[in-house]
Amino acid sequence: MGVRLVLEKRPERSRAMQVASPLLAVALTVLFGSILFAARGFDPLHANYVYFIGPLTTLWSVEELIVKATPLVLIGAGLAICFRADLWNIGAEGQLIAGALAGASIPILAPHWDSALAIPAMLLLGMLGGMAWAAVPALLRNRFGANEILTSLMLVYVAQYLLDWLVRGPWRDPQGFNFPKSIGFNDWHLLTTFGDGRVHLGAVFAVIAVIVLAVFMSRTLLGFEIKVRGEAPRAGGFGGFSQAGTTWLCFGISGALAGLAGICEVAGPVGQLQPTISPGYGFTAIIVAFLGRLNPLGALLGGLVLAICYLGGEAAQVELSISEKTAQVFQGMLLFFILTCDTLIRCRVRLEWATRNPSRQRQFIGLEGGASRTADAGGAAQ
Amino acid sequence: METTDGDGYLLQAEDIVKRFGDFTANGSVTLSLRAGEIHALLGENGAGKSTLVKILYGALQPTAGRLRWRGETITVPDPGAARQLGIAMVFQHFSLFDALTVVENIALAVPGPFDLRSLAERVERISAEYGLPLEPTALVADLPVGVRQRIEVVRCLLQEPRLLIMDEPTAVLTPQEAQQLFVTLKRLAEEGRAVLYISHRLEEVRELCHRATILRQGRVVAEVDPGSETAASLARLMVGADVHSVNAETPGPAGPATLTIAGLSLAAVKPFGVSLRDISLEVRSGEVTAVAGVAGNGQAELFEALSGERLAPTPQSIVIAGQPCGTRDITERRRLGAAFVPEERLGHSAVPGFRLSENVLLTRHASGDDLVNTGFINGSRTRALAARVAKRFDVRFSRRDQEAGALSGGNLQKFVVGRELDRNPRVLVINQPTWGVDAGAAALIRQALVDRARDGAAVLVISQDLDEIFQIADRIAVISRGALSDTFPADAIDRERVGMLMAGALETDGTPQQDVWA
Repeated sequence: MGVRLVLEKRPERSRAMQVASPLLAVALTVLFGSILFAARGFDPLHANYVYFIGPLTTLWSVEELIVKATPLVLIGAGLAICFRADLWNIGAEGQLIAGALAGASIPILAPHWDSALAIPAMLLLGMLGGMAWAAVPALLRNRFGANEILTSLMLVYVAQYLLDWLVRGPWRDPQGFNFPKSIGFNDWHLLTTFGDGRVHLGAVFAVIAVIVLAVFMSRTLLGFEIKVRGEAPRAGGFGGFSQAGTTWLCFGISGALAGLAGICEVAGPVGQLQPTISPGYGFTAIIVAFLGRLNPLGALLGGLVLAICYLGGEAAQVELSISEKTAQVFQGMLLFFILTCDTLIRCRVRLEWATRNPSRQRQFIGLEGGASRTADAGGAAQ
Repeated sequence: METTDGDGYLLQAEDIVKRFGDFTANGSVTLSLRAGEIHALLGENGAGKSTLVKILYGALQPTAGRLRWRGETITVPDPGAARQLGIAMVFQHFSLFDALTVVENIALAVPGPFDLRSLAERVERISAEYGLPLEPTALVADLPVGVRQRIEVVRCLLQEPRLLIMDEPTAVLTPQEAQQLFVTLKRLAEEGRAVLYISHRLEEVRELCHRATILRQGRVVAEVDPGSETAASLARLMVGADVHSVNAETPGPAGPATLTIAGLSLAAVKPFGVSLRDISLEVRSGEVTAVAGVAGNGQAELFEALSGERLAPTPQSIVIAGQPCGTRDITERRRLGAAFVPEERLGHSAVPGFRLSENVLLTRHASGDDLVNTGFINGSRTRALAARVAKRFDVRFSRRDQEAGALSGGNLQKFVVGRELDRNPRVLVINQPTWGVDAGAAALIRQALVDRARDGAAVLVISQDLDEIFQIADRIAVISRGALSDTFPADAIDRERVGMLMAGALETDGTPQQDVWA
């Protein structure tokens, strides 16, 4: 008797699983997180409470949740569109920084431009900055066929060093006792805030972006082009859609949103430029996009979940004295389980009890070693 | 292995049942194969042939029923076990790596350690012995489909199989290549091996096979001696009703040339692509013009140039409805009344993961159906259009507005052809209209093409299927290594001459050339 785990291709994608897969992934993450906590000698129930429920229990932490979710949702929604087109922009962190730099040029270079137009100009520049940064991998891909994963990722480091150089050099606050930071922005250059003053206008932008992109993807021909490109690029060419055009569009949208997230961070909770302006939002947003099923609306939920991860990590550090790097472990597990569970959308799992008579079985065991190298892929994929 | 001879049968499948969820693919199928016979498995798409064969090959496990190998009850848990028994299979879609050589591809399927050089010698010997010439060091990407199939066959023969299963092997071959394969198969049968031969092509089954088992809707409806049947009687058994023959009588004189290709040359873009060389052709309205040719001789490149997926260097090289179109894109050509159906259904003419209503949008978004308004998609119109196409062209599906990838080959092809014909195009270019399509659907599609031509359209059919070409074409040209022959009226040219043109004979110096791939 042997049990085989069989992956069977479904005739069509399972709609139930499209909903269930991210939930299952979250559940598995919590389960394995509990094992991790238990192994470290913590009561898993208490640890999970601190990690996942605690951040939701006070008004302050809920506001903080929204602050953290804002850039994640903005970037995640844009990345969802890129990924749908089979374009792997993983350099959103760099686009975020580029947007922050472009937008921050106004308060730093024109600190006395006290006008209601300053904020819109900063936001616009932020989006353009992110777009410009994202345009580089798009250009390299369209012109030379360069792999956008590498180019977009490498540009993150360029952006980080540019920021670092600026805040230590030309843009350093002259009255800042040589600390590597820019001048603090004045009220004309800071976003309107709500509640206790942490939640800012960026949260509104995030919701708007999600809604606009959801409509864009499901109802417009351009959204259709993007989806076709991701599913079947050749069919896209046959449909008369331009590959290069979609590349520009997707990198443009995702870069603009990352740039917007960047300027909202520095004109919001941060309030100035400093060597680090993001705890890796641009990378975490990749998980947000996947957790949200590469759907802009899903990115809203995904952003909130990942924001809890950040806050939970901080809470765990305070209450359980474990490294806040646990947050990264959880993020890693979550992405892993999402990608795993997504298999269930296309396939179903079946246990197969192979009943063979023992003598036969031996014979087959004997050949399995040798046969394992053979190209069964073609047959099994039929 | 020690075996008793079970009534002389090599393999018996008894009362095989296979269910997928609540769908029964095989409902109690019984099939017996003798050593030394070529046994046909006939049936329309979806009749359960592939399921049965996958069970025999160990790729699927039956829900019920049993298999006997030389009388002894066996289970075949996986393809490795099937190979160990002596069952080999050539799939319709090859599992070859383009970037590897012939012998490297074969080495991947050889269990245990191997030595490339001695393997290459074995490959050369076996391929010569069975009349399947192969150059072991050739790169697979360089080889046409027919030769790739030889690699698969030789790969199987290296295992000294007792039973060779072939899934629609001639779907990709020319008559000459098919004949060559038949010689090999007959030779294998004479050596006492069994061949299970899956095909739609009834004439070749009659010519080649000793017995035929016919499946319909997952059940065996007949076991016959194909030699004493007619193609029509076999088709009737498969379909369960008469298959309408195509009526292609020409009612009147042809109209003007609505699609003109003039001196079109295009260098190959891909490393192993075919360059088009000075192609000229006139396709008249009211007529079906066919381009015959061996797979991989520039058909795909010609199609892409005509559709506008790849632009020609000069506008005048392609003229559609009087408009120079060589440098216009596919959307502009569609707006002039041209329609296109490429060879590959999944991923080219249709997006597999999209519903039919979304796939309708792929080619109709700019052709004046108001499916898109200021950038926004009108969902009810696309759904209505998909439903209309499905109804007009008898597209059958299990759920309304299904994903394209879930449709059978024949049904999806009816849909993508119907999607274009529904526009009543003035010019229709279609590449391999009935590739891998069942008899019923093929007849419907061919009739629709002829009807469209008779209604005044210029129809260009690029096909490898000579039966099809002689059934529907008014004029025939042949493509070979990127060059096109003169165009002949269909009643002024015979198969033999077309076959010679396909093989690249009568080129430049007029002497027949060797098969370069051999």
